[in-house]
Amino acid sequence: MASKRPFNAVGNSLGDPFSGDSDLRHGVGCGCSACGGAADSHPHSEAADANPLRSSDDILERAVESAVVRSVFGHNELSRRSFAALLGGTTLSAALSAVFPMDKAKAAILDTLGKPEKAKLNVGFVPITCATPIIMAKPLGFYEKYGLDVDVIKTAGWAVARDKSLNNEYDAAHMLTPMPLAITMGAGSTATPFIMPAVENINGQAIVLHVDHKDKRDPKQWKGFKFGVPFEYSMHNFLLRYYVAEAGLDPDKDIQIRVVPPPEMVANLRAGNLDGYLSPDPFNQRAVWEKVGFIHILTKEIWEGHPCCAFACSAEFAQTLPNTYGALLKALVDGTQYASKQENRKEISAAIAPTNYLNQPVPVIEQVLTGRYADGLGNVKNVPDRIDFDPFPWHSMGVWILTQMKRWGYIEGEVDYKGIAEQVYLTADCGKIMKDLGLTPPDKTYQKYTIMGKEFDPDQPEAYAKSFAITRV
Amino acid sequence: MALPLGLRALILSAVLLVAGLGIWELSTPAVKAAGEMTEYELLMGGADQEARVPPPSQIIVRAWEELSNPFYDNGPNDKGIGIQIAYSLFRVLTGYFLAALVAIPVGFLIGMSPLMYRALDPFIQVLRPISPLAWMPLALFIIKDSEYSAIFVIFICSIWPMLINTAFGVAGVRKDWVNVARTHELGPLRTALTVILPAAAPTIVTGMRISIGIAWLVIVAAEMLVGGTGIGYYVWNEWNNLDLTSVIFSILVIGVVGMLLDAAFAQVQRAVRYQE
Repeated sequence: MASKRPFNAVGNSLGDPFSGDSDLRHGVGCGCSACGGAADSHPHSEAADANPLRSSDDILERAVESAVVRSVFGHNELSRRSFAALLGGTTLSAALSAVFPMDKAKAAILDTLGKPEKAKLNVGFVPITCATPIIMAKPLGFYEKYGLDVDVIKTAGWAVARDKSLNNEYDAAHMLTPMPLAITMGAGSTATPFIMPAVENINGQAIVLHVDHKDKRDPKQWKGFKFGVPFEYSMHNFLLRYYVAEAGLDPDKDIQIRVVPPPEMVANLRAGNLDGYLSPDPFNQRAVWEKVGFIHILTKEIWEGHPCCAFACSAEFAQTLPNTYGALLKALVDGTQYASKQENRKEISAAIAPTNYLNQPVPVIEQVLTGRYADGLGNVKNVPDRIDFDPFPWHSMGVWILTQMKRWGYIEGEVDYKGIAEQVYLTADCGKIMKDLGLTPPDKTYQKYTIMGKEFDPDQPEAYAKSFAITRV
Repeated sequence: MALPLGLRALILSAVLLVAGLGIWELSTPAVKAAGEMTEYELLMGGADQEARVPPPSQIIVRAWEELSNPFYDNGPNDKGIGIQIAYSLFRVLTGYFLAALVAIPVGFLIGMSPLMYRALDPFIQVLRPISPLAWMPLALFIIKDSEYSAIFVIFICSIWPMLINTAFGVAGVRKDWVNVARTHELGPLRTALTVILPAAAPTIVTGMRISIGIAWLVIVAAEMLVGGTGIGYYVWNEWNNLDLTSVIFSILVIGVVGMLLDAAFAQVQRAVRYQE
């Protein structure tokens, strides 16, 4: 009989969480098909369960639903069952979906994490301070703590990082927050489902201008400037476009935006190929250190708390190696939390500066991470949250990015803003790991933002994309 | 002057080198040791106004550091110069010999058959001038492996000089010799191996020598693009840190290795040369 067990017998937690008859602990008194017992001669025929689980996807989905439902009921089986019996499964599901959009947020995390299926992993990173959690998790032992042996591999730029991720040379990689959205939709690559269970850093970028432009602090004077951004599908590109467009410049006509890999930014600025750039640190601070540029503004002055880089992997990786994926995510969320504490920043600076990681002078990294820095104009500034670390991948951030992709013509036609954001930004996974680590994830996944004085409402994405004076919609 | 020409040339080379390095060294003044620096100056990396090209003495010191410990391994992104060169040489030689395996037989075919020559010529003429790095995105997409993609790029760049020179050498073998072989009733395979191959060998080896030079030029660029390991990655990584001392050191290393590769093929060339 055991050989003919249907899929839902795989794990106890995989019973239908919306049914009042099933006990997610599957003890005595559970009415689910897997627990039918000897009384029924064909207890495991397909007809026995109204919702037999056919595929591993179903199992994952069920696991996530269970986790959510159980967390709502505080792991009290009795109250869940009586509540479900009272309302009926569908109503309960709908009621919970209102606060937690489960039918769209296909989370990939397992309910309880076992031993990683594969301990030896390759994780790619581009050498910038945004990758701090991914990098420092190696020298500071966060990967080891969760039973993983990770090699962090330096990558020359995001196009190569994307291709190596698509080729499975990297199990997971440091990406820019817009990239998994673009890869999933097939914008700029073949369409492959990618997921982004955690953001790494918020803020932490800057607009740098060449020292010759010290008198041109008003963006209206920037007509004809050549700017560098690290990648098309980057917050850098979207924030720079947003910033100059607010000043009345059309980023496609009045200035030139070029894609330049971050490490080449300073050399290009020195050579006069670029008048400025919106790039990740340490290359903003490095331009100051090399005395070729100054920091015009930090991006936190455009959008306080904007996301930048993220941890991403293919949906396939998370599904085929769920325990490994869970352990990796846990190591990174733990590391991100560690990096968010100011008192750890000096230790982290020293850990990630060597040749094997960022390959930068320690004082440059320290200025970025501690926020006490020289701006290149003769001032010492003190901005502790110049860069900050926060793992939660807000769906509203994804929606904002999609509105900007729509605004500038990177994507066309009907866009299911929330659907895509919820498919790619796995808040449920991040939230679960945060809870496991004793942190409190936010109780919602959408919020409003104010960017340069203009409000963004994630419920009105299409109207927002159209609302700008300069837009391609 | 009683000294032979070779020795005089050697002395002149040494004098030019010392004079050049001396001027370079003197033209980069030592950074003045600043006294107390303000916090701003500390955060700016010193009061010195701009970065300069490092003097040769610094490069010699760096070269000594790197060469005295060429095989250290501090993790996947930081390996000694010896290991990096070994990676690059492995890629170059693999791609190069794969190319030779294809180019020499195909070159023979084209050289011996005017029909094949005319039929394949348009393809060769279109494919030959393509910069090998232009193949990289396509290779990464199709091969789905950056290591094999780098080898493929070497393969594609080193195939053309060998192919064209082989065809040219084979087609240029004196008709008398082929006719003599025919009167001795040698089969086509034996004619190819015992008459045409030795006769065309100097041209073929010249093609191989050009190819290895190109392959070594291309590997540096390919590794800068793909990263990970190799001398090209080393240059990129030090560029990342704007460390010109290491960049100049690696430029010299690339030059020396390229020279050694070329010298090896010069030896082969001498071995197959003949007088008519």
